[in-house]
Amino acid sequence: MTRSVSHAPPRPQLHHLLGHPTDLAGHLATHGPLSLAPNQASWAATLAAHLHASGLAGRGGGGFPAALKLTATRPGGTLVVNGMEGEPASDKDKLLLTRAPHLVLDGAQYLAAACRADRIIVCVPAGRDSVASAVLHAIGEREKAGHTRIVESVARPPHRFVAGEESALANWLDTERALPVFRPDKRIPLRIGRRPALVHNTETLAHIALIARNGAAPFLARGLPEDPGTTLITIGGAVTQPGVVEVDRGTPLSDIAARSTPTGPVQALLVGGYGGTWVGPEHFATPYGSIPLRTIGANAGVGIIAVLGTESCGVAESARIAHYLAGQSAGQCGPCVHGLPAIADDLTRLALGQVDHALMPRLLRRLGEVDGRGACRHPDGAVALVRSALAVFGADVARHERGQPCAHHRAPTVLRFPTEVYVP
Amino acid sequence: MSSTTFWYITRASGIVALVLLTATMVLGLVTTTRTKARHWPGFAQQELHRRISMLAMVFLALHILTSVLDTYVHIGYLAIVIPFTSSYSRFWVGVGTVAVDLMAAVFISSLLRAHMKAGTWRGLHWLAYGCWPVALAHTFGMGTDAGEHWVIALGGACIIAVGAALTRRLRATGHRGAALLQTSHRTAP
Amino acid sequence: MTAVHITIDPVGCAAYGYCAELLPEAISLDEWGYPIVDGRPVPAHLLALAKRAVRDCPKRALTLREHTPDS
Repeated sequence: MTRSVSHAPPRPQLHHLLGHPTDLAGHLATHGPLSLAPNQASWAATLAAHLHASGLAGRGGGGFPAALKLTATRPGGTLVVNGMEGEPASDKDKLLLTRAPHLVLDGAQYLAAACRADRIIVCVPAGRDSVASAVLHAIGEREKAGHTRIVESVARPPHRFVAGEESALANWLDTERALPVFRPDKRIPLRIGRRPALVHNTETLAHIALIARNGAAPFLARGLPEDPGTTLITIGGAVTQPGVVEVDRGTPLSDIAARSTPTGPVQALLVGGYGGTWVGPEHFATPYGSIPLRTIGANAGVGIIAVLGTESCGVAESARIAHYLAGQSAGQCGPCVHGLPAIADDLTRLALGQVDHALMPRLLRRLGEVDGRGACRHPDGAVALVRSALAVFGADVARHERGQPCAHHRAPTVLRFPTEVYVP
Repeated sequence: MSSTTFWYITRASGIVALVLLTATMVLGLVTTTRTKARHWPGFAQQELHRRISMLAMVFLALHILTSVLDTYVHIGYLAIVIPFTSSYSRFWVGVGTVAVDLMAAVFISSLLRAHMKAGTWRGLHWLAYGCWPVALAHTFGMGTDAGEHWVIALGGACIIAVGAALTRRLRATGHRGAALLQTSHRTAP
Repeated sequence: MTAVHITIDPVGCAAYGYCAELLPEAISLDEWGYPIVDGRPVPAHLLALAKRAVRDCPKRALTLREHTPDS
């Protein structure tokens, strides 16, 4: 029986990261082989073109265009897979490394081949042994199958918030000290010893694995024209179904939050994690994209949305976050070391209603002074978080200021903090 | 110049150099603490430290030169830099030479500070902590005027001054170091 | 005409405060003694003092950077 040949164009693949087989065989059956051009120079140009066309921006918080980061890197270095995921409320990187490690590693292979890196190091924090095992298992599968060009290994930096900052990660790989490095000129690339280092978030690399194979079109078919593709978001807080979802860039915040079924009316959304900002109800319809979020004073940063219900006090929760961030300072810079605990204390007093007339001016002054005066952006993130709390919970703040804290200021937290950190 | 004149200048300049060296040490030690005098800016204190150290070097040079030029006893030019090579009072002159060597290292490294790594300069500057007690030992070991009451009192005052400055420095450094590397902090009520 | 800006290495800075003493017009101190620079270029008549502040910083945390103004 002859079969008629269809003249319809093949349906474009749907770009998505979640839901693929985890094992190597399934991965190859779904996505095809690691198709690296034999000529390195032409591969570099090809990948750069794909990335540029796709408009892929980093998914680790910086949002820097992946194409630019590639062209700025010199050969002979290390490709670092940033699986540190320091934000306590984020799970997407752990998920990718355990459920789709081959996507992440393929992305690293493509990128490493393009910039002539000679080794790939996957960084998984100490304490996340199950994630590390999953990655090691995948690396083993790849070695046995002869699937990889560039050698892959796993490293275990300490489990601290700032250890995932890219200069801190490179510093740790170089000197075993996970401390951010003062980099006034970010155009000067990171180094490990004498060799250049390119650091990329796990999710960014997973996207690259698909873009490198399928071209930019499937990626561009989703999301917004100026901010294309999909993004992984961890939803938590006052919800019944917390977890990681994959959404098109540009999906309204409220739609994303709805997927985890909030337990009740939503008072505010925390977008971008503890280094992110609060968003009030008037902005719930904002699309999740770099430009729309920046317009409302938020940033797409790390894909996290935490839902705050009406049974919680935004000021108290923000005080907890401020204490957590203060405790996670690398301890190198005076304004951060002294300023963040001071800001956290002021915010706690505000939460408890123990306010004198000097508190608000002092808090606002400190926020202005701490911002931008550290070696990394850790204090900046804390300042932005607190400022957004003062704005979004303005009515509540005014009541607290009068010494009348809201009824819920002593309610238990709905946010996630690592158990080894004491949070009041 | 007569030998006696040389000898008086050697002794006098030596004592003055010791006092100036003590002042340099004290100023250097309290530089790192926040306990500056209220109306005296910190950068001026640092400048004073530098200038007094240079003055100390001048008097030290005078002390060394006159002791070598004095023909009453033989201390060769070599003994200025190589310890324990003088025929006169080999040990205690040698101790003085050790102090000179340490001081020279500190002084020269400070002049060339801009051309070396911060850590190298710091390490070399810590030699200063060694040269002061060595200089003090030389002063009293030589014995020339060490029996005089006023010299003993002066020596005691120098020891007390440096001791106080050192104590203050150790306390302040501990405090600041702890604050900067603190990664846990006070918890809220 | 290049604009000279003061840059402070926040990791090296240990709050000695000499820079603020020498150059109060451009550098002030926060409540913990750490310097705040406003980002404006150093006026020509203060350049010598700025260079001295760089030289005198015990932690070598102060530097002067030249920027030619971008078009």
